Amino acid sequence: MIEVFDENIPIYIQIMDLIKKKMISKELLPGEKLPSVRDMSKQLEVNPNTVQRAYLEMEREMLVYTKRGQGTFIVEEPQVVLKLRQEMVLDRVANFVREMEAFGFSHDELLNFIERYLSK
Amino acid sequence: MEAILKLHNLNKSYASFPALKNVTLELKPGRIMGILGPNGSGKTTLIKIVAGLLRPSGGEVLVCGMAPGVQTKALVSYLPDVNHLPNWLTIHGIIQYFNTFYEDFDPDLAFALLERLGIDQRRKVTALSKGTREKLQLSLALARKARLYLMDELLEGIDPIARTVAIDTILENYNPEGSLLISTHLITDVEKLLDEVVFLKEGEIILSGNTEDLRVEKKRSIEGIYKEIFS
Repeated sequence: MIEVFDENIPIYIQIMDLIKKKMISKELLPGEKLPSVRDMSKQLEVNPNTVQRAYLEMEREMLVYTKRGQGTFIVEEPQVVLKLRQEMVLDRVANFVREMEAFGFSHDELLNFIERYLSK
Repeated sequence: MEAILKLHNLNKSYASFPALKNVTLELKPGRIMGILGPNGSGKTTLIKIVAGLLRPSGGEVLVCGMAPGVQTKALVSYLPDVNHLPNWLTIHGIIQYFNTFYEDFDPDLAFALLERLGIDQRRKVTALSKGTREKLQLSLALARKARLYLMDELLEGIDPIARTVAIDTILENYNPEGSLLISTHLITDVEKLLDEVVFLKEGEIILSGNTEDLRVEKKRSIEGIYKEIFS
């Protein structure tokens, strides 16, 4: 796996985003075991403590849980993935709207453009 | 668990030239710390003091709670920036030499690392190019089960592909009870590896901290911070 990380922003956040994307795309399923901190750090070529921090943060966000001696797993509940999907779309929408607003587009214009694109 | 390395107000002067001024830092087990700074900023001096090769002018140096000496040298694996290997031996001979010298040396691991880095163990040390010699030194340093690995000017003579192999090797041999202290100019290659950084300017620490926290605080990469500090 060759991941290119942007060193200008915290790497543990990028690792979290990577895992979240895999959950949304179903590459990682509910209940599935994540690679060990060591394996993940080797795969991503980052410090193991950085991976550990990402796993801990995701546990705090209740997206994964750790079973002592066994590893870290994606939570079983499927609603969690649904919520992630929603968050991802809303995030993209927010960025799109903000960016277009900066160019001076009105909301009506933006809705129009979206409809045009979708009806093609 | 106690800190692997503690420096408190470490001072080192050569005649009247102050090479290190009031350097204070702490390295906990399982952490990888980078010492960054331009040539002449004191990085090698600092590492040599921790390795027990130079005496401080003042201040305190504790490696696993002990002052540098015979006992700490058994716990510390030192990778120097210049060649320190006996030239008349073959690589195979060097491995045996290290095996005799160091109790925690793993010859099988050393051979495995050499193979991974593409080095023929029958060759004589004198016949090696600079880059190959550095790969050899790295293999020897990592083949020890040390508590503290000191790596001076890590990776600098090695080509980009070998650098990636070297970093992978370091990660593969990562031991949560050991720590690494790395000095380097190759910040881009190495910054993802670092837990903590210390920026050394003319012998003084002008900035230090956790790499991720610094990224958040300064909103840039460690290399970006370096350029800002030293330009």
